[in-house]
Amino acid sequence: MADFDITSKERDGMGPHGTNVGLLRVLGPAHVWALGVGIVLVGEYMGWNFGVAKGGAYAALIACWFAGILYTCVAMIDSEVTSTVAAAGGQYTQAKHIIGPLMAFNVGLYLVFAYTMLEAGNAWTVGYLVQTVAGMAGHSGLSDKPFIVLSILFLAWLNYRGVLATLTFNLVITAVAFISIVILFAMTVGNHGEFSLQHADLMSGQAALPYGWLGVLAAMHFGLWYYLGIEGTTQAAEEVRSPARALPFGTLAGIMTLIIAATLTWWVCVGLMPWEYLGISGVPLFDAARMSGSQFLVVLLGIGTLFATLASANGCINDASRAWFAMGRDRYLPGWFGAVHPTYRTPYRSIIFLVPIACLFATQLPLDQLVTFSILSGLLEYTFMPLNMILFRRKWPLDTIKRGYEHPFHPLPALVLLALCAVTFFAVFLGYGTQLVAMIVFYIVVSLWFHFWRYRFVNRGAQFTMPWPRPKGY
Amino acid sequence: MDVWNYAEYGAWALSAVFAVLIILDWIKTDQTYSEEVLTSSREGELEAMTEEQHRGT
Repeated sequence: MADFDITSKERDGMGPHGTNVGLLRVLGPAHVWALGVGIVLVGEYMGWNFGVAKGGAYAALIACWFAGILYTCVAMIDSEVTSTVAAAGGQYTQAKHIIGPLMAFNVGLYLVFAYTMLEAGNAWTVGYLVQTVAGMAGHSGLSDKPFIVLSILFLAWLNYRGVLATLTFNLVITAVAFISIVILFAMTVGNHGEFSLQHADLMSGQAALPYGWLGVLAAMHFGLWYYLGIEGTTQAAEEVRSPARALPFGTLAGIMTLIIAATLTWWVCVGLMPWEYLGISGVPLFDAARMSGSQFLVVLLGIGTLFATLASANGCINDASRAWFAMGRDRYLPGWFGAVHPTYRTPYRSIIFLVPIACLFATQLPLDQLVTFSILSGLLEYTFMPLNMILFRRKWPLDTIKRGYEHPFHPLPALVLLALCAVTFFAVFLGYGTQLVAMIVFYIVVSLWFHFWRYRFVNRGAQFTMPWPRPKGY
Repeated sequence: MDVWNYAEYGAWALSAVFAVLIILDWIKTDQTYSEEVLTSSREGELEAMTEEQHRGT
């Protein structure tokens, strides 16, 4: 057994327990970065600016940095736990090992809903972008539906064919989208002519905090939009060559990239557009490029917007299918979903199953509902994380399991995350109370279904796979 | 009919191509391999193997 190499070409993926078809370990830290940042960066291109409508430009900046703290805690906690629980399913698998089956079932559903809704929202945006370009070219009445369906099916096909090509594609388009923001910043900061940044004029007086501190609180809801999805890096855990190194490296580099991109985005947009307009803009970075007076920037940010949208949808398909697959493999869902393609080594049935659902959501629901349901599911997931982290350290202290990464200042990040989640729940309740209550009722109903019916089918003995010592106190 | 109308039809056609490619391969795969092989993936294989190596088995 000692000379057995699971990553060797001869026996790639062949496990020691008779397994012969598993996911392929081919990814590196750059792919992890591309998965996390790729899902999120679209939030810089659109969505974050609705926080400006809630409380003005400064409120959006405060929300941006508070949410940045929240997500830094998320990234640190995820890096520690996932570098130890290195399996597909991410937070679902963490919950299964650390808290218990009912929590795991709920977290698995949070993940699938958050990513599938976000994928639908991205596909909707692709359709909207094509419609906008057609409108600018003088064509009216173009249907967005074929472009929505095409983007979902193309990306599903890419995901179906293999994870390496999928995330290499994400790496390229995410890098282009990020560099576009940096170029926009560099060119507008250096512009001192007619189209220069006007921060002093646009953010003084009543425009500073138009709705006071309540506006700041309300803006927190959209502050999440700058970073929502960075936790998706954990879904690559079973497909990276070195989980202990690649996952913390990719995730922490990802959150740093996003804080930089979010701050640059805020700075450029609030310097070019009055808050009343910025707060309702559909594509704020593209609008900022149009107001810069540079045709080059208009084209670049147009491409950046499209690439950011596709990268996000692509990452969402990857993540939602891994979470669904992991639940199928453990029989939390029908075992049929736990299949891996023998050639492409992808969870192909889970990928296929989620395609019509994403198409249905994208073509039938409005964007704000898609985004809200995605955020709510994400928020429930973030609330689970601090509890998970505290229990993880309590049950398996640092000297009992070797971690790939140990996050500092425990339990401070967990407590900060819990407090910020409480604030954000309140902010969401102010704007979308009905949806919040509806979603919680939904999760209570499916929990009852799981507890009283589905749990009898779960592989109870086989689901705990980590070679860990007995938890402290048990 | 202008270029945008053709683009609409082109998008539907390409969507159909990707859907057919996926479905054909799905059917072929399910017919070629047994269900036991397709669902033989197990969580934590690498970790379990590492543990065995630590124990010198």
